[in-house]
Amino acid sequence: MMTADRSLVHIAIHVAVISALGYYLPAFTTPVTGSVPITAQTLGVMLAGVMLGPVRGALAVLLFLLIVALGMPVLSGGRGGIGVFFLPSVGFLIAFPIAAFVCGLTMQLLRRRPVFPSVLVASMVGGILALYPFGILGISLVAGKPLWESAIGSLVFLPGDILKCFGTALVASAIERGRPDAIFSRQ
Amino acid sequence: MISSYLSGNTALHRIGAGWKLLGLFFVSMVLLPVNSPLVLGSVLIGALLLLASLGSGMVTVLRSLKPVAFVVVFILALHGFFGTLEAGVIVALRLASLLLLATLITLTTRLDDMLDALTPVLWPVALIGLSERKLALAIALAIRFTPMLIDVMRQLNEAYRSRSGRNGHVKLVAPLCLHALNAADHVAEALAARGGADGCPPEGAGREEDEVR
Repeated sequence: MMTADRSLVHIAIHVAVISALGYYLPAFTTPVTGSVPITAQTLGVMLAGVMLGPVRGALAVLLFLLIVALGMPVLSGGRGGIGVFFLPSVGFLIAFPIAAFVCGLTMQLLRRRPVFPSVLVASMVGGILALYPFGILGISLVAGKPLWESAIGSLVFLPGDILKCFGTALVASAIERGRPDAIFSRQ
Repeated sequence: MISSYLSGNTALHRIGAGWKLLGLFFVSMVLLPVNSPLVLGSVLIGALLLLASLGSGMVTVLRSLKPVAFVVVFILALHGFFGTLEAGVIVALRLASLLLLATLITLTTRLDDMLDALTPVLWPVALIGLSERKLALAIALAIRFTPMLIDVMRQLNEAYRSRSGRNGHVKLVAPLCLHALNAADHVAEALAARGGADGCPPEGAGREEDEVR
């Protein structure tokens, strides 16, 4: 049963899951990506979308960004504050809610299909197809690099992100076994 | 541990949170089209003077800036190798000034004050049927949940290490989520038992509304 209270608390806990993922799992910064780190945080973003559905998922990610902007050091690598919105990764940050929304929407469209493949498709559509154009634009604008150069630089994220899509699908399947009632995108 | 506030009573602490945020917004808008190293340099010097006004708190600020300083140097180097150094200096100066200003604001403003300052900007949430009160509750819950989940993650990792001798990393995400979802349901029950997110409704009024949604 999905009461307003339960919905609110679940949104809050997904914000915390995104934060905890960024806090605990280390962020890698590669020279190629121009200081946009590779983190587990996007896994949390995709998970919020596929678990909570489009609107609640996007809301959870927006709340996360708000908390980051407020100065909580919950962005991967213990970063936080308004300053992170001036870094080259800003395009990815701004598009996180959109990614979660698209993940949730795709997940709802595939609601009759088994969880693992649905989540895999949903997280790839939301977390890669919908996310990358914004991220590339952000790198290009902030670091002052041409678009194609930023796009090629962003390719370095692709293997990690595909792995994270599989990770999201595995986690969602585990949740389906343990707590099927918590997958709100299927209700 | 999770909060980044530098206690003190300097001039920067006393300015209202809203003014500081507005100021940063204004400066970032003005600086974006500026391409003169001289102007950008003087803005950076201004920001450094603000930093100096913190006195002994300066050290904390500088320490929290270490990772972003790396970013600035990196961008400078990137431009130096693949473009013109001048363009790199401009981008780096602009970035450094904004990052420094943003960090100063974050460190000298309490979370409560920041939330209060943001409330007038949060009106769009009303459009999707959320009250500001609920939003504030969700933010408070998320901030409270985060250290709890980090701790759960640490415990899961210790348990994993004692079994395998290695760190769990990504394998811990699924159990973490299950813990998190259980905790969320407990908190939701506790919240409902205390009258729900909207506070205690008179004579159970409004409870039905919650059930329907």
